[in-house]
Amino acid sequence: MSATHDRLAAWTEDELGVTGRVLDVVRAPAPVLSTDGGRVDPTAPEVVQLAADLVATMRVSPGCVGLAAPQVGVGAKVFCVDVSEHPKARTHHGTFVFCNAEVVESSRNEKAREGCMSVPDLTGDVKRASRVLVRGQLPGTGEEVEVRTDAFEARCLQHEIDHCDGLLFLDRVAGAHAVYARQTYL
Amino acid sequence: MTDAGTDAGTLHAITVLGHDRPGIIAETTARLADLGLNIEDTSMTLLRGHFAMTLICAGTATDAEVEAALAPLAADGSLTVTVREVPHEEPAHASGSQWLLSVHGGDRPGILSGVAAEVARVGGNITDLTTRLAGDLYLVVAEVALPADADVAALEAAVRATAERLGVGATLRPAEADEL
Repeated sequence: MSATHDRLAAWTEDELGVTGRVLDVVRAPAPVLSTDGGRVDPTAPEVVQLAADLVATMRVSPGCVGLAAPQVGVGAKVFCVDVSEHPKARTHHGTFVFCNAEVVESSRNEKAREGCMSVPDLTGDVKRASRVLVRGQLPGTGEEVEVRTDAFEARCLQHEIDHCDGLLFLDRVAGAHAVYARQTYL
Repeated sequence: MTDAGTDAGTLHAITVLGHDRPGIIAETTARLADLGLNIEDTSMTLLRGHFAMTLICAGTATDAEVEAALAPLAADGSLTVTVREVPHEEPAHASGSQWLLSVHGGDRPGILSGVAAEVARVGGNITDLTTRLAGDLYLVVAEVALPADADVAALEAAVRATAERLGVGATLRPAEADEL
């Protein structure tokens, strides 16, 4: 495995050195969810705190595999993910937080149905790359990291990066009849 | 759409069917907006080239007022418009599972009714449905909500047996959304 893989896999929120707070998750049509989040200084104390808060909020939310700053009401390019327990995950890097992340390479589009804590009553079919190279910065140290991943972690990263850019899965649904009222409530 | 709109006055189920042309939706929705109606859920598609739209709208207008406002759409006989008051329905809070049923093969009578009967037999509810006839190919795609106690394997076997009898193929796949 690459040094990047090892670096991310070894990363835990303990590195942040602050205690995360559980925040309320906002729901569409909150304007923050449709606003391009600002780039952040990953070493700034408030960004480090935000990173810890995102992880803490993700941890207490059942089934949650990722959470972006706009979902807790903060228009900023920061998100956390952890797909390690998800049955559809192949490659994964455990829990990590990325700032100012962007997709550098992507290929092999696949369609799947997505749900989102910020759009609780709808689901939608979305085509996304199943192989990606994503570049981001770690909160605290600010070091730049590139992660190459696939399958469910790739989908999750793209979903969270979209949040940071002010996009919901509703902006990417595969067609006019690809949005569904949720039948099962969590 | 706002939550307040859901509770505002009367709900109308409106259908517009007929010869397709540009501007039907613009004209229909402008007339509904003039009445102060809030368009809630809508489904529209072309069925063998025919315009087919169903809308649920909320507002204080009466059925008669909505019918009168939409009457010009039907004046030349190319479109049929119906308006009917409907009760507010609470969304189903199902505890079961969501499936996607695809059936396709050579066209013949009884394909949809055959597989729909099997779904109904286990208490399944079809929540979205598309059928298409393209040349000799007939296609059914249905979103199916199954109750928690449904025997999915038995339903799949029954659907496959029905499909086989009709000379078509059927697949039943999970349609659960991934939470991200």
